[in-house]
Amino acid sequence: MRVITDVDRCVGAGQCVLTEPSVFDQREEDGTVLLLTDEVRGETAERVREATHLCPAQALSTSD
Amino acid sequence: MERRCPYAPPAEYDRIRAENPVTQVELPTGKRAWVLTRHEDVRAMLADPRFSSDRANPRFPTLVDNTPMRAAFKPSLISMDPPEHGPARRAVVGEFTVRRMEALRPRIQEIVDQAIDDLLAAGEPADLVTHLSLPVPSLVICELLGVPYADHEFFQLHSGRLLSRDTSPEDRRHSVDQLTSYLDKLIVEKEAAPTDDLLGRQILKQREEDNVDHEALVSLAFLLLIAGHETTANMISLGVVALIEHPEQLALLREDPGVTLSAVEELLRYFTIAEVATTRLAVEDVEIGGVRIKAGEGVIGLSNAANHDPAVYERPDELDIARGARNHVAFGFGAHQCLGQNLARMELQIVFDTLFRRVPSLRIAKPVDELDYKRNATVYGLHSLPVTWS
Ligand code: SF4
Repeated sequence: MRVITDVDRCVGAGQCVLTEPSVFDQREEDGTVLLLTDEVRGETAERVREATHLCPAQALSTSD
Repeated sequence: MERRCPYAPPAEYDRIRAENPVTQVELPTGKRAWVLTRHEDVRAMLADPRFSSDRANPRFPTLVDNTPMRAAFKPSLISMDPPEHGPARRAVVGEFTVRRMEALRPRIQEIVDQAIDDLLAAGEPADLVTHLSLPVPSLVICELLGVPYADHEFFQLHSGRLLSRDTSPEDRRHSVDQLTSYLDKLIVEKEAAPTDDLLGRQILKQREEDNVDHEALVSLAFLLLIAGHETTANMISLGVVALIEHPEQLALLREDPGVTLSAVEELLRYFTIAEVATTRLAVEDVEIGGVRIKAGEGVIGLSNAANHDPAVYERPDELDIARGARNHVAFGFGAHQCLGQNLARMELQIVFDTLFRRVPSLRIAKPVDELDYKRNATVYGLHSLPVTWS
């Protein structure tokens, strides 16, 4: 599964980092989302889906 | 609407949600507003840019007369809409990243340990609000912003007044003036000699970007101080009461400190202390939950009702610290979702873990329904919480 971020929408709430720190991080300067990897599978993919749901700014999406 | 008991949201919420989930009410100010009670609708509304946060708009459905606030301020983050909101939030959100908060952990632990020492030294019965709930968030936010802690009583007094719905417009104005002139002076000092703290770094950042805006800094400092003082303090007090009142849950937490993370989320959901922070104004016609809301109409996304929606949470009025649902809207949702949420999470985790480990016999010195609850405040909580131990 591929992870896609829309940095323009991101409001830096960090929900994604709390959910899956191996995939998401935040930029030091402005708190916006930073992808550590954009290909995920298995349980990690599950948690990325959850992060997509939790993200308050709808800045995350996934594709197969 | 009053809470049914110190814990549960008013029973009317359940009835409204079941019968008429999107409905109109009259506010104390005489204005009318829509009330959303379903989790799904509240989230949809908060994520929809067709709802404005501009509290300066005279049509904004405020619960109290906020004219003094409006007169004193440039719009702060909570009142901004795009395109101003994004850049303004990004200018500061880097200070609140998950990693930054993690780096603060040892210092917060020290602050919590010191506060518990003070509580124990005060002797029984001691007021947990005075010795723990207020000083912890207060010290943390003062340190983060670079505000001298010596002045914290002044902040606590005025932020308490601002958040109480019983404060008269004149007193509200007075508190706003006091706080603003204090912060104004503080920021002038920091502009002369920028310090290594949030406000100092913001000053340097503004200079670098050639975007110096003294007023904006004053209103940012104001917002963070108020938000940082009251909310976490109330969650600490209420969380302690709830855990002591549910001994089987407290036992779970004691057995496995790893549960604290999820316990904190559950307590946030369960109490949802800032239930109307999620108020907005429609700027276009929008359909929500099958109802057409017209441009110019106010909407209250009742986050407490949303967080007790049985469609999302099984047995929503039960405290279940293992539930650990993070999809609650206690921090709001959408572009304005609480900036300090990860700081709040960490403070709460450290407090609950440390307090029940260090003071295992902690008890409440009064029947729980006789405690002094903030029944008429924008942020729900406790004025005092007498506790004993040994
Ligand atoms: S959860 Fe969403 S808004 Fe928050 S940092 Fe991640 S991508 Fe950005």
